[in-house]
Amino acid sequence: MSAVETLPARPAPVSTRFLRSELGMVFRRRRNQVLLLVLAAIPVIIAVAIKVTTPTGTEADGGPPFLFSITGNGIFVALTSLTVVLPLFLPLAIAVVAGESVAGEASLGTLRYLLVVPVSRTRLLAVKYAGALVYCLVAALLVAAVGTVLGALLFPVGPVTLLSGSTVPYSTGLVRLLLVALYVAAMMAGLAAIGLFVSTLTESPIAAMATTAVLAVTSQVLDSVPQLDWLGPFLFSHYWLNFGDLLRDPVATEGPIRGLLVTAAYVLVFGSLAWSRMTTKDVSS
Amino acid sequence: MTITLPAAAAAVPTVEVDAAVTTSGLEKRFRGGQLAVAGIDLAVPHGSVFGFLGPNGSGKTTTIRMLLGLIAPTSGSHTLLGRPMPGAAAEVLPLVGALVEGPAFHPYLSGRDNLARVDAADRRADPRTAAARIDGALDRVGLAAAARKRYRAYSLGMRQRLGIAAALLQPRELLVLDEPTNGLDPQGTREVRTLIQGLADEGVTVLLSSHLLSEVEQVCTHVGVMHAGRLVAQGTMDELRGTQSARVRIETTDPAAAVRALGLPDPHVDGRHVSAVLGDREPEKVLAALVHAGVPVRQFTVAAAGLEDVFVALTGEGFDVSG
Ligand SMILES: Nc1ncnc2c1ncn2[C@@H]1O[C@H](COP(=O)(O)OP(=O)(O)O)[C@@H](O)[C@H]1O
Ligand SMILES: [Mg+2]
Repeated sequence: MSAVETLPARPAPVSTRFLRSELGMVFRRRRNQVLLLVLAAIPVIIAVAIKVTTPTGTEADGGPPFLFSITGNGIFVALTSLTVVLPLFLPLAIAVVAGESVAGEASLGTLRYLLVVPVSRTRLLAVKYAGALVYCLVAALLVAAVGTVLGALLFPVGPVTLLSGSTVPYSTGLVRLLLVALYVAAMMAGLAAIGLFVSTLTESPIAAMATTAVLAVTSQVLDSVPQLDWLGPFLFSHYWLNFGDLLRDPVATEGPIRGLLVTAAYVLVFGSLAWSRMTTKDVSS
Repeated sequence: MTITLPAAAAAVPTVEVDAAVTTSGLEKRFRGGQLAVAGIDLAVPHGSVFGFLGPNGSGKTTTIRMLLGLIAPTSGSHTLLGRPMPGAAAEVLPLVGALVEGPAFHPYLSGRDNLARVDAADRRADPRTAAARIDGALDRVGLAAAARKRYRAYSLGMRQRLGIAAALLQPRELLVLDEPTNGLDPQGTREVRTLIQGLADEGVTVLLSSHLLSEVEQVCTHVGVMHAGRLVAQGTMDELRGTQSARVRIETTDPAAAVRALGLPDPHVDGRHVSAVLGDREPEKVLAALVHAGVPVRQFTVAAAGLEDVFVALTGEGFDVSG
């Protein structure tokens, strides 16, 4: 038997099979599904709570931004929810998925079997990161979608009054909401890159998840200390709430673009660190 | 004009050309300072079933990890299927099936889904034939009936079989099987042996590690023996047997006299039986000496050394943990 003849001379130049398999692993995993469920529950809780406590026509005060606007327009359920999940719930979910990525395979021992398939270490890392990115996107869009639907069901919908005071049609409001969700997902890409790197450092997925989550919280804590003002612009969480600028008319692009650039820098730095660690590490689990 | 090549030009060392695996001074020192593999020169001939033997902790798995490019050697180099590693990993590894340090799969996926996951990771695998190849591999290791069970619910033996199935998803030129019979019952061990024999008959080279000589003795054409990180012997089975000299065994009513007349080192007395390693003495002369001394010999046999003897001799304390 000559095995050489029965194998294609060259591998398929591009194959999405491994990526699809990875997405299946991420999204079929019960724990990751529960995390999505928790995220989706936030808009439900917010919408229902406001519906039962606030008589229509009056405005709730206090609480997160946009909360007061909900009774006037259901679209603000989605925006309030994104604001609420951004500091903790969303980063936590991303930390779980990104922390799991490489360390999870290492702890099971499946990492060595992927490498001998062979999957190049660079490709493995790319597919793992892509899986985490898709999870970020799905998570942010899910919160936005559930918020929009529930808002439309429980509250009036119509022209949206933006932060700049001008009013745009509901459809334009939805486009802005989509932009906000995409921006939030993009911000999580930076955290996912950090999680990916941490995940290459250990064979314990729990340790990687916890470390990533702690980093996400620490970044926000440092950002809130006035004495550390100079540090703020370098922190990845500093730009997370810049999505407010997308709700002005015209859109103020400077803040969000700075957020995207800093996030890109984080992705680049931690992606490179993850790569250099991954391509040199001994896989002896 | 006719060009005649000098005869010497054709005499390339056979090991270089035919070896499916070669290592040169391959060494691994772990970060803790532990020297797990102490510079070994392994040569696994093409088409052989190479028994890679040694006690637990003697460095077999570490060697295999280095061969497959999972860990970087501290020094030394190696080739797989004639190509330098790890440089040629992308071209060579598709032709290599491997089981390293036991099977590892996702516990919540079925056996079948686990194989599908491995297959999906393989850029060379044809998705159209995936189902057939997966079923074929499961069938070959006798797991077809349990294919849809979760891996979590598999017994150790079933897990080991699934690991072998993963190595057989594609046609291979080389199989590297690290303790494939670990955890299998005698029936399963026999089946794996038969499977390996069948693959070898198809021309696949098999590097088979084990700490149990008896489990691999019957299928191996070659053996390499590891002891405390060193490759203390390698060669064909016969070559290895030849390194240890035969023993004489005498049955006599006067063992004490026999021991005196034998003139061989370290005679072993067990009731009426006396045995000793023959060394370079001729058995005829030994018998003549016994008769001459008037030792009542009832039976006199010369037995070739068993492989077990060879291993005990090579690994000193026998198959205990080393390192
Ligand atoms: N990742 C590691 N770090 C440190 N020491 C190791 C590691 N892996 C194996 N060793 C040591 O290397 C030696 C050889 O181990 P191994 O190759 O697994 O032996 P075998 O497979 O022959 O049983 C042992 O002493 C073991 O403790
Ligand atoms: Mg071992």
